[in-house]
Parts: sequence; C-alpha cells; structure tokens
Amino acid sequence: MKRTSVGDLAFKAAVIIAASAALFLSVVYFYELIKGSALTLGEGWSFLTGSTWDTIRNIYGIYPELWGTVVTSAIALCIGVPVSVGVAVFLSEVSKGYLRSSLSFLVEMLAAVPSVIYGLWGLFVLAPFLSSDIYPSVERYFGFIPIFSCPTSPCFFFGGLSVMTAGVILSIMVIPIIAAIARDAMLAVPGSQREAAYALGATRSETIRMSVLTYARSGIVAAVFLGFARAVGETMAVLMVIGNESVVSKSLFNPGSTIATLIANEFSEASSAVNVSALLEGGLVLLIFSFAASFVGRLIIKRFVTGREAATYA
Amino acid sequence: MNRRRALFNKLWIAGTVAAVGLAVVPLVAIIADVAIKGAAVINFDFFTKLPPPPCVVAPCRQGGLGDAVQGTLILVVLASLIGIPIGVLSGVYVSEYGANNPYGVSMRFLGDVLAGIPSIVTGALVYALVVVPLRGYSVTAGSVALGSMMIPIVSNTSAEALKGVPNSIREASHALGIRKWRVALQSVAVAKRGIATGSLLAIARITGETAVLLLTVGTSTLWFSGFGKPVATLTFYIYYFATSPYSNWKALAWGAALVLIAVVMGINALVRIVTRGKGT
Repeated sequence: MKRTSVGDLAFKAAVIIAASAALFLSVVYFYELIKGSALTLGEGWSFLTGSTWDTIRNIYGIYPELWGTVVTSAIALCIGVPVSVGVAVFLSEVSKGYLRSSLSFLVEMLAAVPSVIYGLWGLFVLAPFLSSDIYPSVERYFGFIPIFSCPTSPCFFFGGLSVMTAGVILSIMVIPIIAAIARDAMLAVPGSQREAAYALGATRSETIRMSVLTYARSGIVAAVFLGFARAVGETMAVLMVIGNESVVSKSLFNPGSTIATLIANEFSEASSAVNVSALLEGGLVLLIFSFAASFVGRLIIKRFVTGREAATYA
Repeated sequence: MNRRRALFNKLWIAGTVAAVGLAVVPLVAIIADVAIKGAAVINFDFFTKLPPPPCVVAPCRQGGLGDAVQGTLILVVLASLIGIPIGVLSGVYVSEYGANNPYGVSMRFLGDVLAGIPSIVTGALVYALVVVPLRGYSVTAGSVALGSMMIPIVSNTSAEALKGVPNSIREASHALGIRKWRVALQSVAVAKRGIATGSLLAIARITGETAVLLLTVGTSTLWFSGFGKPVATLTFYIYYFATSPYSNWKALAWGAALVLIAVVMGINALVRIVTRGKGT
C-alpha cells in the first residue's frame, strides 16, 4: 500500500505542464497567426498570386516574395547539398581520430555563427567578391541562359546585392545542418554493409556509393528537409544581401526579396490593422513552409534513421 | 580498367576533401574579417559610451555601444529565467516520466520540430500575442520571445543528459522507498553538467538572435529605461549600422560583431571542451 504523496503529485503536475509547452506553442503559433491575419485571409489565393503590395489601397500580394523565398532556398540547396554530403562522407568515411573530431567541431561552429554576422560579412566581403570576381565569368560563359544573363547596364550595377548572393550565403548556412545529420546517418550504417562491398572488390568510393549512400539515403533526405526549413525562414543574412526589391527578375543577379525580409522591412512601418494582418499572413505562410519541412524531416529521422541505429546495436 | 577505377576513386575522395574546404573556408574568413575589423574599435569606451551621432565630416567621434551591451545582457537574463526552468522541467518529464508513453515521445518530437521554426515567425507570433496588447515594443515582449525559443532547446538537451544517468541509480533509490519526485530530482543533480551545457548552448543561440527582436523589442539609442520600453541590442546595431552610410557607424557594427562572435563561439568552445571525452 502506497500513500499518495503531495510532493509526487505536485512535481508530476509541474513537469507535465512544462512538457506541454511544446504542444501549447505549436497550437498557439497557428492559432494566433490565423487569428491575426483574419483581415486579409478572406482575400484567398490572391495573397499568394498577386504582385502588388500597396498599403494605401490595401492590396496585398506576395508573389515576388514567394518567388524570392523559393528561389533563394533552391539555390542554397543546389550548392549546399552536394557540399554537405561531401563533408559528411569525409567526416564519416575518410577521416578519423583527431582530424575527424576537429573538423566536426569546425563544421558545427558554422551553425553557431549568428545570422546577422553572416549578413554583415555577406554585405561587405562576399557580395563585392562575387560581383567582381565570380559573377562576370559566370555571365561570360553561361550568360546565354536567362538566369545568368546580364541584369543591368552596366552589368552588376547593384554590387552583388542579388538573389544569387542571398542563395550563396544561405548555402553556407545550411551546410552545418545537412552535414551533421547526414554524417550521423552514415555513421549508423553497419560495418557489415561496407565489408560486403569491399569483399566484392569495390574501391573505397564504390563502397561509399553502394553501401553508405544507399543505406543512409533516408537520413540524407531528412537532412535536406531540415536544411530547407532553415533556408526558407532565414531573415537577417538574406535581408542584408538581397537588395530588397519586390520584383520577379529573370536574372538571378538582380535584387529581390523574400517573405521573411518583407516582414522584417515592413513591420516597423506597418500603418494599419489590415497592413499588420497582411504581414502576419506572410508569417503564417512561412510557418506552414517551415513547420511542414521540419515535421517531415524529423519524422523521417525518427522512422528510419533511429530505427536502423537501434537495429544495428541490438 | 582497373587504373580507371583507381583514378575515379582518388577523384571521389579528393571531391570530399574539396567539400570540407568549401565549408571551412567561409568560417575562417568570417572569423578573420570580424576579428581584424572589429578589434579596431574595441576599447573601454565601446562598453561604456552611447553610440555617436553619424559621422558626416571629420573629426568623428567613435563612441560605443554600452546601451546595446546592457540591453542584450538584460534580455538574455530575462529570457533564461523563462526558458531554462520550463525547459529543464519539460526535459525531466520527457526523460523520467514520458520516455515510454506516447505523450512524452510526441512532446519530444514537437520540441524538435519547434526548434526549426524561423525566428522571424516567432517574432510575428509574439507581436500578435504581446506587443499588440501592450501597445508597443518592449523588453517584456523580447524576453518572452527569446525565452520561448529556448524552451525546446533546453528541454531536448536536458532529456538527452538525463538519459545518460545510469538506471541503477534510479532503481537503488526506488528500492529504498524514496518518492519518485525525489528520485527525479536526484537524476537532475547527477546530470547537472549536461543540463548546464545545454542551457549554455541555448543562451549562445538566443544571444545572436536578431529577426525576432525587430518585431518584439524594437530599438532605442538610450540606456535601459523600463521593462515596458524598447531597448538597444548588439545584433540590431550590427544590422542597422552596417546598412547605414556612415563610416563610424559601420566600424561599430564590426566591433559589435566581434563581441558577439567572441561570446557565442566562446560558449560553444567551452561546452565542447567540458563535454569532451564524455562519450557523446
């Protein structure tokens, strides 16, 4: 017979309430942003498809920002995923001992750098470097493709402040996230898989492709989802290098804007309740994007990667 | 044929080395640029003086960002007071009570998902939830926003640290008839180092936050004047001064970046050294 203890009940109640913060926050995010954007939510899809942002006539369309968000994230993943997978392969398959642990530390440090410092460095160092040393060559050899064409006359009038530069800085920022998760997925690949490949006479790179990458692919896909979640909502670094023009350009060397930069730029000057509502609806769109990507990424990790790890060590 | 495969193998490995180079070079460049340009303005005045007026004609006053150092410290302390206790308690539930029940597992999962929500969205939420009812940007709104961002990080790292506590300690306590909540607190005491490092990492993370502050704290160019008022922060000055056309303001932005990067990287390096050889 056990007496019910007040201390036990009170403590259990306290920890349950604290743990429910995650559920509470998830609900509150959606509830408050839907409630806050009620004034513009009724306009329907024109919010996503319209290109006019007019605070006087209260017409709100974020199509250029939606385009900028998708394109900058896509550039970030196009550059970031191959580099991250390369880093992960090096960390899990090629290096070992002290080299592995110190390089892991350096890559983790990339994630620790605050985004506003990426913005500062992007604005004063990366953007001028890209526009004077890299973009002109890209334009010369690939300029026949519209996205790499000469945007202005003279070329690169904006000193590198462009959708492309925003994508490049984002690609640096997603590397530590994608690389860390992909590395963990590769480290969870059982040694027997590698040994089987070597026993067939495969070289190291063939083993990596046959055994490691194949086996770890769900973890790599999860990593890409989480990298996307990071890129899609990144604000400060993008805000400082994208040039902040609400346009859809055919050249990536032109300025643009994203949903996150729109919110950051406009909030302090929001003039009316409808204007605030439109900005909160932008926040809702970002929430849906990032929550969905983060949710799917975490689900894959939970379902496949940890399951395999458990099976490996069982 | 074999030579081709050997060559291909070498190229492949070289590719991974190049990828590591591509990832590490920006980190080194950022740290070097910030250290060199920031060091020029770091002195006693930087931490004690208010920002100077914009420099149009020489001589320019350098001034400092004392208000931002103060504001950032206040926000981090208040956010920690909200985020760390709730986060640790939540971690205790996830590890000690809910490790095997669906609710605990789901909360752990949701915490991971929440950690992926962009800070500008948290800013928009706290704007609707706190700034609108209080009719203005304030330290209070900023602390709530930063504190809520700490909760999932602290909760998950605490739960991870508690998982490392050997079950035999819990079983021994239970066998002695000690109440469950005392046993849980005992586990917290055993895992205190891991919980502390998790909390430190959360502090490092929110010290560098900017976007969320734009929508909650606003800004000020004066010393702290009350919890219901805006306050200056290091990260806001980095953004605001870097995008201004004035040379003395730009110089201060690099100084603020150096202070910030020293704090954030210092915490991360410290945590790394403390946890080294712990098998995690």
